Amino acid sequence: MTVHNLYIFDRNGNCLYYNEWNRKKQAGISKDEEYKLMYGMLFSIRSFVSKMSPLDMKDGFLSFQTSKYRLHYYETPSGLKFVMNTDLSVSNARETLQHIYSNLYVEYIVKNPVCVLGQTLDSELFSSRLDAFIRALPFYSPRAA
Amino acid sequence: MVIFSVYVVNKAGGLIYQYDNFVPKAEVEKTFSHPLDLVLKHHDEKVVVSFGQRDGIRVGHAVLSINGLDVCGKNTADGKDILEYLKDSSNYPVSIRFGRARLSSNEKLMLASMFHSLFAIGSQLSPEVGSSGIEMLETDVFKLHCFQTLTGIKFIVLADPRQSGIDALLRKIYEIYSDFALKNPFYSLEMPIRCELFDQNLKSALEIAEKAGNFGAGS
Repeated sequence: MTVHNLYIFDRNGNCLYYNEWNRKKQAGISKDEEYKLMYGMLFSIRSFVSKMSPLDMKDGFLSFQTSKYRLHYYETPSGLKFVMNTDLSVSNARETLQHIYSNLYVEYIVKNPVCVLGQTLDSELFSSRLDAFIRALPFYSPRAA
Repeated sequence: MVIFSVYVVNKAGGLIYQYDNFVPKAEVEKTFSHPLDLVLKHHDEKVVVSFGQRDGIRVGHAVLSINGLDVCGKNTADGKDILEYLKDSSNYPVSIRFGRARLSSNEKLMLASMFHSLFAIGSQLSPEVGSSGIEMLETDVFKLHCFQTLTGIKFIVLADPRQSGIDALLRKIYEIYSDFALKNPFYSLEMPIRCELFDQNLKSALEIAEKAGNFGAGS
């Protein structure tokens, strides 16, 4: 039961924040390329889902799963995208991501007069609170490396 | 509890089979008077609503028919441009039917290939070693399940999110594919599947899966 990593993207595709807790395998490309690939994949999945869907959707794409991990997705109406990779035992992390947005991002970044929106988030308070929050999640347990 | 459609994609990412089991009809027909309070625009050879969502007509819905006659792309059935027709107040009152646009077979081909690539990217971006591609993709309205065989063929099923037993159904479709497509001497590998027995057996497998709510193993 674990969280692998978390990405936060803004509406233009810039990666504002990335952190990993339990990642076993790197993507084999540089971090910048990985952010672009991740954003591109999500953009394509959203477009794919809106065309394929047999009915009108309200929330759209929620998550996908492979044999080893599950990717959870949450997008705010302002275009901010929260992406979390966890293992398969976590079925719904949407509320977690919503909590990260409303209680951590809005509190420590948006309300911070020094943080410029649209640039990488370098607020230490945000990072430490987010780290503490993730470690306190019921589905997070550090596995022996 | 419904299975919407089945797609089969070959090794190269090309769509070789597609079947729509259930396409929900979400259409609204209303009579309008001049001026039209919906904003329409051209999108992908169709006329879609871009602003002015109301009464069941949502943004993204396409114009399906005008005064009972089905439209033909961007033009009415008589060949007149739809946006020009609707700007002319002498044509009102007019009855327009809006709804989700059906996917053309070209669009289905493109979407299947798009999914083929997304499947591979899902495996590349994995934080864990040895991950497969996307096996299940969830939205609030449907769930997409994908099973990739050892030979690279992907069986994709779009179903209601609450439908269970899709894994067994995917294996059953693989079995039907190997029985009625692969063993057919006139079928060439990786080509579009045009085998009657495959269609028939696939339809009955889908019926069993929908009725039973889940698909039992061993039938």
